[in-house]
Amino acid sequence: MASLKIERINVGYPGKPVLTNVSLPEIPPGSLVGVLGPNGVGKSTLLRALAGLGPYTGTALLKGENLNGMSHFRRAQRVGYLPQALPQETSLVAYEAVLSACRAVRPDLAKTRIDAAVERVFDMLDIRPLAFQALNKMSGGQRQMVGLAQVIVRRPSVMLLDEPTSALDLRWQLTVLDTVRMILGRHQGLCLMALHDINLAIRHCDFIALFGDGRLLAFGPPAEAVTSDILSQAYGIAGRVEICSRGLPFVVTEPTQSILPPTGH
Amino acid sequence: MSGADNLAETGAPLATGYRRFVTRRMAWLCALAAALCLTTVVNVMTGPAGLSLTQVIDGLLHPEALEPGAYVILWEVRLPFALMAIVVGACLGLAGAEMQTVLNNPLASPQTLGVMYAATLGASLAIVFNLAAPLGLPETYVVPVFAFVGAIASAAVILLLSRVYGATVDTVILFGIALVFALQALIQLIQFVADSDSLQQIVFWTMGSLTRATWEKVAIVGAVFALCLPASIRQVWAMTALRGGEDYARSYGVAVDRLRLTVLLRVSAMTAVAVAFTGVIGFVGLVGPHIARLALGEDHRFFLPGSALAGAVILSGASLIGKSLVPGVLIPDGIVTALIGIPLFLALLISQKRRG
Repeated sequence: MASLKIERINVGYPGKPVLTNVSLPEIPPGSLVGVLGPNGVGKSTLLRALAGLGPYTGTALLKGENLNGMSHFRRAQRVGYLPQALPQETSLVAYEAVLSACRAVRPDLAKTRIDAAVERVFDMLDIRPLAFQALNKMSGGQRQMVGLAQVIVRRPSVMLLDEPTSALDLRWQLTVLDTVRMILGRHQGLCLMALHDINLAIRHCDFIALFGDGRLLAFGPPAEAVTSDILSQAYGIAGRVEICSRGLPFVVTEPTQSILPPTGH
Repeated sequence: MSGADNLAETGAPLATGYRRFVTRRMAWLCALAAALCLTTVVNVMTGPAGLSLTQVIDGLLHPEALEPGAYVILWEVRLPFALMAIVVGACLGLAGAEMQTVLNNPLASPQTLGVMYAATLGASLAIVFNLAAPLGLPETYVVPVFAFVGAIASAAVILLLSRVYGATVDTVILFGIALVFALQALIQLIQFVADSDSLQQIVFWTMGSLTRATWEKVAIVGAVFALCLPASIRQVWAMTALRGGEDYARSYGVAVDRLRLTVLLRVSAMTAVAVAFTGVIGFVGLVGPHIARLALGEDHRFFLPGSALAGAVILSGASLIGKSLVPGVLIPDGIVTALIGIPLFLALLISQKRRG
């Protein structure tokens, strides 16, 4: 069971704040949070900061424990981060990459249990055929799936996934989202997932955090957070949220001119 | 996802497939070890006074039964020479592999950071300014000592700058390249002011040769390797994780900057002690890891020992070629490693390209 609360976080670089004063109410265990916003708004910077790869000021509490107060190793055990950049082009095979991820964070686990954990992840993501293929012989999408396996195998309390579906076709996008949902349901962890496909986010996420103009514009269940006004503020587009016949919301964009200048960081 | 491999058959546990995968790699390690044994034995047998295999085995098992002349050839010349090839090659191979990993650059080698050039500068200073006399040290050790000091000093400069400006790949490589140019200029300056005798000595030193090997030097280089190898082995998982990507490794809790600094320190010590006694021997630290990577992949549990073995095989083979190519002439090992290293490296690159 994991809950996350973010209070007045500022992320960025020295002299160049990217996101300021970001606060999220306590996110309950098992939740999938879609992190949305235009290019360069600071989604990746925020996820990197929470993963301990970049600085931030403010407080992020995981089950009441301050992330910044944790040791390197403890934080690595609790927080799993999938970078936007795909795993490096290396002759490591997928099995070794996932195995090394598991060994690095769970060194005390018995060999048989590590083998079982690795096996489970390959099955879960349906990527067994890739197990003994070198990463430098894979397509971008395949490497993205291996990268996700590297995160899942560690069984972190919080998964921070930076555009995990960017190189995937529709079938694999759904596999990723279904698998993440299943893991969250089973272990009652949390996932913050940066996405660009707003409709994918609306359909699969419990909460949406929508950023724009260097701040959090909206946070809440998709139907509440994604409104025409917010879309206009965040992306500078005219769009409306409709409800389909199955009762699911979706965004319809109008072919109109941008009403806001693009944000750029 | 396409791309099925017969090791990942449906139904069979992946761990079983992985065990078969590991067995293949162990077989490659054994093949490299066997190649090293073979080159070493032939190396001991080869020379102006040829020794048969029986003579070598008898001489090793019963040294007291050897003729005095044969004893000197086997125990004072051939064995230290052959063992020096192993320990220096292993040091350079391991150092090259670790550097390529932490600098994420397949062209990195102990030469990249200028460690070898700094050793050359130290040796050149000792030769040109005859530093043995004022220090009152035996002459045979003064040049290696200064070479070692030079190499360690260059590593210290890189490490210090990395500490101050951050041990990122770009920073370390840029500092290394800048240092290489500066050291080359200083070496040329010393050569410019050197008299003809000193100049000849410097040139010979830069060619790299195992002929200066003694049991004492073999023991020193071997001891440094024996100290560094377990430290490297302790970090195999962190280095393997790093090959999956720096951000991934950091998110696993790997302190990448600290890993990079400790590896560079270890690499510097191994390179410094190796070149201090042999002179500049290039390409072993570049080609050895490439051979190991092709055969063993990048799981560092296999890659690091494989690189050390491949480095030892290359230098052992090169010293054998250097002795055998022109009868009665001992071609410096640094020249042979460069001559066979460049085509070998190109062949490896081309074969990698062909494999796609």
